[in-house]
Amino acid sequence: MTSREDWWYDEAAGPLVRPYAMVRGRTRPNAPDLHLVTQVRASAFASDQTSLTVEHREIMALCARPLSIAEVAAYLDVPLIVVKVLLSDLIERGDVLVQNSSPKVPDRNLLQAVLDGVRGI
Amino acid sequence: MVFVGSDGQLIVPTAVKIVIAGGFGTGKTTMVASVSEIPPLRTEELLTEAGVHVDDLAGIEGKDTTTVALDFGRITINTKVVLYLFGTPGQNRFWFMWDELATGAIGAVVLVDTRRLDSSFPSIDFFEHRAIPFIVAVNCFDGSQLYTVDEVRHALDLDEAIPVVLCDARDRESSKTVLVELIQHSMNRLAAV
Ligand SMILES: Nc1nc2c(ncn2[C@@H]2O[C@H](COP(=O)(O)OP(=O)(O)OP(=O)(O)O)[C@@H](O)[C@H]2O)c(=O)[nH]1
Ligand SMILES: [Mg+2]
Repeated sequence: MTSREDWWYDEAAGPLVRPYAMVRGRTRPNAPDLHLVTQVRASAFASDQTSLTVEHREIMALCARPLSIAEVAAYLDVPLIVVKVLLSDLIERGDVLVQNSSPKVPDRNLLQAVLDGVRGI
Repeated sequence: MVFVGSDGQLIVPTAVKIVIAGGFGTGKTTMVASVSEIPPLRTEELLTEAGVHVDDLAGIEGKDTTTVALDFGRITINTKVVLYLFGTPGQNRFWFMWDELATGAIGAVVLVDTRRLDSSFPSIDFFEHRAIPFIVAVNCFDGSQLYTVDEVRHALDLDEAIPVVLCDARDRESSKTVLVELIQHSMNRLAAV
């Protein structure tokens, strides 16, 4: 995996240029409802990946199992906003599935499941 | 673990979260680490110097930006549910970040260090004002349990309904008990409305 320095700092151009370049001038995610814990995972029917950038492909590999946006950002070691832009591309292509709900307070059944789960760890 | 539903579709789990808050150095990251199934992860959000959320990278190259780091851990409940634990950022000027963390959360654990009770006041205020369920966990640093639960409750001017528990954030079982207490408190709150 690329180190933080490679992503984040460009010797000649200074900080912040690399992530900006990485999203190729696109400045905000076109999938707006991406939150810290929003779950994403690679589709079983992902399209041909040859046209994807290295960063997109890294995300596809990570998301072979379901992960939160925060986890993807942490594993790639890039700021959340950058991961949101990159994930938006993949969601738009249908290559990444997303849990399409904004965070809402869990209901009683869900709380009970979480309670049982935490007791069991 | 299998992530395919009975209809053959890939499952995208439901995510829930708990916020671990409290003053500077009260053991937030330690608690996340003690119960998380993975070593705590760290992610960074981009901010302008004024502490405002950057949600648009336009013109970012020329701007002074800073980052706020979030520590978080994960507990996989089952194939359909995953719980995330977020430690709040130490500096209080990042309140907007707290809003994002608190939205849709099961609730919050406010960690307090009895040697510096006042450092956890802002966290308590935050959750009280937003009516987000929370409990107070007194982190007993090296057995430095100087006060009883009732004394802490009184010193923090807490409502009777808010549970106060003692814990050792380094200890997995102890931290687990704190989470169980919070989830039960949230369930009671839900039943009450
Ligand atoms: N003796 C003792 N030390 C603890 C306990 N919990 C945390 N510590 C130590 O206290 C220090 C601060 O703990 P952290 O978990 O980093 O606290 P934090 O709330 O995440 O700190 P910030 O993020 O900087 O606000 C670390 O050196 C921990 O090892 C405890 O229960 N007992
Ligand atoms: Mg910390």
